[in-house]
Amino acid sequence: MNNLIDLEKKINSELGTKINKSLIKHNQIYVEIDKEDLIDVTLFIKTNKDTKFRQLIDITVVDYPEETQRFKVVYLFLSHEFNQRIILTYRINENEVISSLTSIFPSANWMEREVFDMYGVNFKDHPDLRRILTDYGFEGHPLRKDFPLTGHTEVRYSEDQKKVINEPVKLEQNYRNFDYESPWEGTKYIKEQTDNNDKKN
Amino acid sequence: MTKKIKNLNLNFGPQHPAAHGVLRLILELDGEVVEKADPHIGLLHRGTEKLIENKTYMQAVPYFDRLDYVAPMNQEHAFALAIEKILNIDVPIRAQFIRVMFCEIGRILSHILNVTTQALDVGALTPSLWGFEERETLMTFYERASGSRLHANYFRAGGVHQDLPAGLETDIAKFCKTFPKIINDLENLLTDNRIFKQRNVDIGVVSKEDALDYSFSGVMIRGSGVPWDLRKSQPYDCYDQLEFKIPVGKNGDCYDRYLCRIEEMKESVSIIKQCLAKMEKGPIKTFDGKISPPSKKEIKQSMEALIHHFKLFTEGYRVPKDEIYTAVEAPKGEFGVYLISDGSSKPYKCKIRAPGFSHLQSMDYLIKGHMLADVPAVLGSLDIVFGEVDR
Repeated sequence: MNNLIDLEKKINSELGTKINKSLIKHNQIYVEIDKEDLIDVTLFIKTNKDTKFRQLIDITVVDYPEETQRFKVVYLFLSHEFNQRIILTYRINENEVISSLTSIFPSANWMEREVFDMYGVNFKDHPDLRRILTDYGFEGHPLRKDFPLTGHTEVRYSEDQKKVINEPVKLEQNYRNFDYESPWEGTKYIKEQTDNNDKKN
Repeated sequence: MTKKIKNLNLNFGPQHPAAHGVLRLILELDGEVVEKADPHIGLLHRGTEKLIENKTYMQAVPYFDRLDYVAPMNQEHAFALAIEKILNIDVPIRAQFIRVMFCEIGRILSHILNVTTQALDVGALTPSLWGFEERETLMTFYERASGSRLHANYFRAGGVHQDLPAGLETDIAKFCKTFPKIINDLENLLTDNRIFKQRNVDIGVVSKEDALDYSFSGVMIRGSGVPWDLRKSQPYDCYDQLEFKIPVGKNGDCYDRYLCRIEEMKESVSIIKQCLAKMEKGPIKTFDGKISPPSKKEIKQSMEALIHHFKLFTEGYRVPKDEIYTAVEAPKGEFGVYLISDGSSKPYKCKIRAPGFSHLQSMDYLIKGHMLADVPAVLGSLDIVFGEVDR
């Protein structure tokens, strides 16, 4: 499959009802699927001789707290053979458990651990679902939109207790988030002026 | 009489010179043979992705320097490309050459550090002394262009921050003449060195299939014989106008990866030379006043330019709602940015795909059955920098 349009057709005809929506943008193909079909779709695109998405690039989640299905799970794949990228996505609710890709791609292991750590999404059949990036004994899921940028606890060495302790964050000044948004339209005239200058020169 | 033998658990790091940063590796040893390796990462986790969500696009650039701090500009490149693709703006040709040139300087910076410290890990001191002198020269180039040796903050969406100062191009050209000799010297010390070979040949072998399955990229996948380089296969900026070769390994062991890095440095020198030859005077960032700030001269003359300058550095430019994944061939492999914009001046989400993360993940697979002494050799050839692994 040397071009994206053929690839899109191929995926749509072979997988049929499993594909909710597909779209070509920025030279990549974006595919929306259902949570249940993840394993089937992944196995298909990995093994089919016309797709050969042999490499899992990354797994991540996007948090939309105000929507009913809060999380969008994103899988990025790469096909070396056909030099193409595909982005698989599906939506889940906050407490849903999703299937793990570790049996198909061993590299999914840490990526799923990271998603679990950062967003608190649980994976079924994951061999070793522990936190990965945050500290031992950390609570909360930092990349969720409702997690404050400054965090909940801070770490310091306590001279009295002779050990490192966690305490609630105390800030001298709160994190300031200014709202700069304005209906500013940018500077058309600068462009015109420079164009004119170029012409003169 | 029977004696019960228990496997020994060994804690390698996080304060160990061969751990290349803050890696904590829990090793299960049977005698001197490693049975299991469990890397604990995150000791350098700074929450870069969360911070980026709270900064404007321009303010987010310095965070990219701090990911793989050995080759800062390569990371900035991925972010700049992502924004440019969403905004659909063209980068002036001179800016493209400057960016590519500095990315290749970054590649040399990273490979020198890796090759020489790998040699250090297996017992050779001299290469690192020689190599670091060259790195210092390269970092002065960084400083002269951007004002800082390491955390450059130089690339912008639509070009680079400022033009190269007078004389820098000739000095880089001079460096390109002298540096191949240094690579030769390093090779004389290492390539046929008996000890270096004993420590690296047939250690940490990765097969083609496993390299794909474990999401390897960059030298890790090329060392195993897969000719894959994003600069060739999905060219960005002006890489399609440049000629260079992709060195590919055969056996997929630590030694082949070392050879690949040496060859890549030679190719990088040739790319820098080509950039210098093809670079012409011209603009270094897009004229689009919505994205790049007006010139100092203009600010002095025009009230409106002053206002726009102020707005650009407070509110920042806005990026329409979109989502995109862009990847560049960083020295360590495929460095990607998955960017979701929501029409405001801050990214809604910015997922950073660091090559080192998937490379380090395979530590258990790579080291199983090897001796304890091979751990630093394998770790060295993975080319791990914790800035990007922990993010």
